[in-house]
Amino acid sequence: MIAAGNPAVDNAARPLTGGRRFSLSWLGAAPFFAYVGLFLLLPTAIIVIGSFRTLDGSVTLSNFSGIAKPFMARAFTNSLGVSVVSAVGGAVLGAILAYAVVTGNPDGLLRRSIMSASGVLAQFGGVALAFAFIATIGTTGFVYVFLKSHGLDIYGNTVWFYDPPGITLIYLYFQIPLMVLVFLPALDGIRPQWREATESLGGSTWHYWRYVAGPLLAPAFLGCTLLLFANAFSAYATLSALLTNGSNYVPLQIQALLTGETQQSQPGLAQALAVTMVMIVVVVMSLYTMLQRRTSKWLR
Amino acid sequence: MSWRYQIRGLGVAVATLLLVAACGSTGGGGSASCSESTAKTATSATACGGMDALVTAAKAEGQLNVIALPPDWANYGAIITAFQSKYGITVNSANPNGSSQDEVNAFDGTSNAPDVVDVGQSVALANTAKFTPYQVATWSDIPAGAKESTGLWFNDYGGYMGIGYNPAKVPGGVINSIQDLLGSGFKSEVALAGDPTKSNQGLNGVIMAAVANGGSLDDVSAGVNFFHQLKQKGNYVPVVGTDATVKAGQTPVLFEWDYLSTSHGKSVPNWKIFVPSTAIIGGYYSQAINKAAPHPAAARLWEEYLFSNEGQNLWLKGGARPVRMAAMTTAGAVDSAAAAALPAVKGTPQVPSGDQTTKASQYVIANWSAAVS
Repeated sequence: MIAAGNPAVDNAARPLTGGRRFSLSWLGAAPFFAYVGLFLLLPTAIIVIGSFRTLDGSVTLSNFSGIAKPFMARAFTNSLGVSVVSAVGGAVLGAILAYAVVTGNPDGLLRRSIMSASGVLAQFGGVALAFAFIATIGTTGFVYVFLKSHGLDIYGNTVWFYDPPGITLIYLYFQIPLMVLVFLPALDGIRPQWREATESLGGSTWHYWRYVAGPLLAPAFLGCTLLLFANAFSAYATLSALLTNGSNYVPLQIQALLTGETQQSQPGLAQALAVTMVMIVVVVMSLYTMLQRRTSKWLR
Repeated sequence: MSWRYQIRGLGVAVATLLLVAACGSTGGGGSASCSESTAKTATSATACGGMDALVTAAKAEGQLNVIALPPDWANYGAIITAFQSKYGITVNSANPNGSSQDEVNAFDGTSNAPDVVDVGQSVALANTAKFTPYQVATWSDIPAGAKESTGLWFNDYGGYMGIGYNPAKVPGGVINSIQDLLGSGFKSEVALAGDPTKSNQGLNGVIMAAVANGGSLDDVSAGVNFFHQLKQKGNYVPVVGTDATVKAGQTPVLFEWDYLSTSHGKSVPNWKIFVPSTAIIGGYYSQAINKAAPHPAAARLWEEYLFSNEGQNLWLKGGARPVRMAAMTTAGAVDSAAAAALPAVKGTPQVPSGDQTTKASQYVIANWSAAVS
């Protein structure tokens, strides 16, 4: 969707004075590469190397076999489950909301307020988010207490607030706005003329969605869902703030393995878990990039 | 570095030596007084010329550095105030919310280093090389298992692992047995005051649950299994209980040390503490003196004060059980009103040994995550 070959950028890349042998065009990007190298590549390298080492520094594969323990597998199923459900739920609900916004006035109050609210809420996480939910629908939260006093006990016999369903609900709070933000440009790319064309050729609304808008939006929708999945899968602060004692998610396992006192500390295993997470996210983000490329071919 | 600087540095060093020597000679005049050099190694008040000489030397130092003593923890606020007004010695209280490990980490050899520490058992055992032996005048009242024989560390106060609860949130308003917690009236109410894989307090909660459910100090699997059942019934709250969560009502039933639990009475009216008679798990903190204490005489005087009847009764008023309590009760010196205010405990207390704690910790680390998730 980004216009390629911006002339301003091309001009800036040209050497300013004639006769200079070496291009300095990389200089502008140097801070970016330094940043990426220091804060992304270097830590990743440290984690990957650490995952193959024991505490005394010899090379081992035992860290990865440590992941095979049942409760570690459970940590992955919990994390993956919450991520998948919150990504799909967030994608569906966010797409509907985004569609509602797109059909309205492009400069209207509704669109502007929903866009700014989404921009803020998509970044809402950690302690603040955990507290917001504890204070509203936690077991002593005012919404829960209010509903209960009016005969509606949302927890019934099991308090699922601290369990995967509760975590999924909390994650939806930032997943839906994120979906609105990332899916809206795709919806904007759908031109009203295409619908008019379908109708003038005798097509129904069903035909339009099935054969025109659906196939056009599907790659974008799937791509955004993958992005939401990665977003939920890597979230740590909210979990850490909400569940302080004994819950089984991969980021919390890493935390426990790193911060425990001497006998519990197993940095190698923690790094092996981190590497596994990185690999999952790499696969997901590669798929996302492929889908994004396909989307941008149609919608520009 | 140039020569000039080195010479200047040498000058400072020589001046310091002279100054120290001068101080030493003024303090160490007679045999009945307590000089700085004798105070540094004195293993009792007698070795420093008696109690009066120790008081004089401590007053001359004028300062005492303590660390990680929250004013609301076991009544330390009142103890510090009483000590300051009794001896006119300024108490510098650093990092009140630090942990036991933080206390020992602060031994940096400067004049700001803590003179004395109040640490958990494991930290005391791991750092004996940094302490100097000292025996308070009331040494014989401290049970043999509660002190290192030379006085490198000695237990000061402690308590029992209890289940603190808000009666308004509990069916029938009272807990009579640990099995009650598995009932349907405890949905999302039961929590621990620490992560048992990391915190000593949390671990002792699991040990208590083990002993109360047919396990022992050597086999805590029954405790982990008990929390597994709590989790399955939906009664376990995966949150570390603190005064804030108790106030908010998030953790209305909380496994914690009884002397810390009593403080929730300020935020929750009628807060009660249940200690199962079949599982009275004791835990004690220990005093130790920094080998390189900047104020050696004041450090020793502080210990004498803490282990006097006055100091012990102040701890008792804070809900903690001072280590000399049994001896003081026999002697009739105990503050009976404060003693009566402690949670009623019937039965024989058990105190996990260092080995038992390590073993329990290893079992919990290996099995906790699977049990409560």
